[in-house]
Amino acid sequence: MRVQQIAVFLENKSGRLAEITATLAANDINIRALSVADTADFGILRLIVNDVEKAKMVLKSNGFTVGITNVIAVEVDDRSGGLASVLKSIEKAHLNVEYMYAFVNKTGENAVLIFRFDEMDKAIAALLKDGFTLLSGEQVCAL
Amino acid sequence: MTTLYWEEEIETLPRVGLESVQLTRLKHLVARVYATVAPYRAKMDAAGVKPADIKTLADLQKLPFTVKDDLRDNYPFGLFTVPMDQVVRVHASSGTTGKPTVVGYTKKDIETWSGVMARALTCAGATSRDMIHNAYGYGLFTGGLGAHYGVERLGATVIPVSGGNTKRQITIMQDFRSSVLLSTPSYALNLADAMAELGVDCKALALRVGIFGAEPWSENMRNEVERKLNIRAVDIYGLSEVMGPGVAMQCLETDRGMHIFEDHFLPEIIDPDTGEVLPPGEKGELVFTTLTKEAFPLIRYRTKDISRLIHEPCACGRTMVRMEKVTGRTDDMLIIRGVNVFPSQVEHVLMGTEGVEPHYQIVVNREGNLDTMAVRVEVSEALFSDEVKTLEKLTRKIQGDIKDMLGVTCKVQLVEPRTIQRSEGKAQRVIDNRKM
Repeated sequence: MRVQQIAVFLENKSGRLAEITATLAANDINIRALSVADTADFGILRLIVNDVEKAKMVLKSNGFTVGITNVIAVEVDDRSGGLASVLKSIEKAHLNVEYMYAFVNKTGENAVLIFRFDEMDKAIAALLKDGFTLLSGEQVCAL
Repeated sequence: MTTLYWEEEIETLPRVGLESVQLTRLKHLVARVYATVAPYRAKMDAAGVKPADIKTLADLQKLPFTVKDDLRDNYPFGLFTVPMDQVVRVHASSGTTGKPTVVGYTKKDIETWSGVMARALTCAGATSRDMIHNAYGYGLFTGGLGAHYGVERLGATVIPVSGGNTKRQITIMQDFRSSVLLSTPSYALNLADAMAELGVDCKALALRVGIFGAEPWSENMRNEVERKLNIRAVDIYGLSEVMGPGVAMQCLETDRGMHIFEDHFLPEIIDPDTGEVLPPGEKGELVFTTLTKEAFPLIRYRTKDISRLIHEPCACGRTMVRMEKVTGRTDDMLIIRGVNVFPSQVEHVLMGTEGVEPHYQIVVNREGNLDTMAVRVEVSEALFSDEVKTLEKLTRKIQGDIKDMLGVTCKVQLVEPRTIQRSEGKAQRVIDNRKM
């Protein structure tokens, strides 16, 4: 029920994002979703890709600091209130969202929400209890 | 204007008389140190020199040097020559690693220090009628209290305002009619800029002269301070190991060099590589022997400051030799906002932080009039997190540890791995972009 996400440290200088995406493209790695967290001094790029191990290897060998973390992918209908219903479930369980991002799948019917919680197990239990659909890594990449 | 002296007789003593005073004091010092301090005795025995071998001032060269590491090895009080019940005060400055360098003073040492500081103030034209604004930091740093006691000895009024709170300082200058300013030169520029912003006309102040030290500053900076504050800016030199402020002081008659109060502090200029004493007037490392200090005397202490001695007589009538403004260091010590910083101290903090690799760089800039220090740290996999708060917590922790250890606020910049230059020999740990 967990999805592996790649996080890459970004120094605050121009061109770094372009270099990362070019490195991934050159190695046939497909990005399914991404988000950038930026502060005044540095950034963190978070990616869901079709081949996590390979992505980690090629980025590391190109000098990037890379980490793999587990996140949760929740599938919701692409309609108003979709995200709100998930967050309500989270709030009810007294959980904190560390960060989240979202993308809409190709058919445009469903949206996928990527979440990172401080307490991942509790979050999975709460979401399943409320009937949400959690996707595996393969499922996310197959979308 | 007739020159005023604090102790005219000694300050204008012909060289031969001064040298006789120095020799008497040197013999006494060496005998006392040899008898009371084991580490000094051991070093002198190793060098095969006994107190009786000191017959002339030139014999000083037979004595071994004292270096900062000797101070560290005998931390905190190992080099004190008197029992602790005679020590009335301690001060401390940055050591090269975790531990500070500690110095001690007897009651008489404090009197000597206030005396040379009163001389220094007099060199700048200060008298008992002055209102002296002391913006040097009070505390373990010798600047604040050293100057303070000198002002009281002079009989002037001291305003112990210490550093910071610039607006309040300006109000005090206006309302108390401060006539002499003591601060770091960069803080003086800071004050000037703040006055301009507040619309305070410095010509309406009573300020006449500024005594600046504790950090390197250029002639350009002197001109800028003089112009912006409409004062005369003079230079003071001192270091805590030797005494504190008041080791040497510029007089109003010259812009070239500071008179070393040689009846207390005997200077030499050596070649930093060979340790040989250099011919008069040559540039080299400044070495001091304290002739009168009781609690913490130093024999041939290597300051690592680069200077030269000026032997030509000065128009002010003082016979004491002058030292040129310090132009550099023989080591990698940095002075950030008046605080001594060794890269090794920063390294010490980083190595104590889990996951931090020994690749770092210190970048020093002068923004406006303020020195800023940034420490660039490579983000290893062990440090990295996908969460911003974890990385920010890490930078805050390092900043806090550096502040605790060095007393300097810095900014920690996380950089990508292998972006800090590696070199086989000496890594370039410091990038100093300040124009001195």
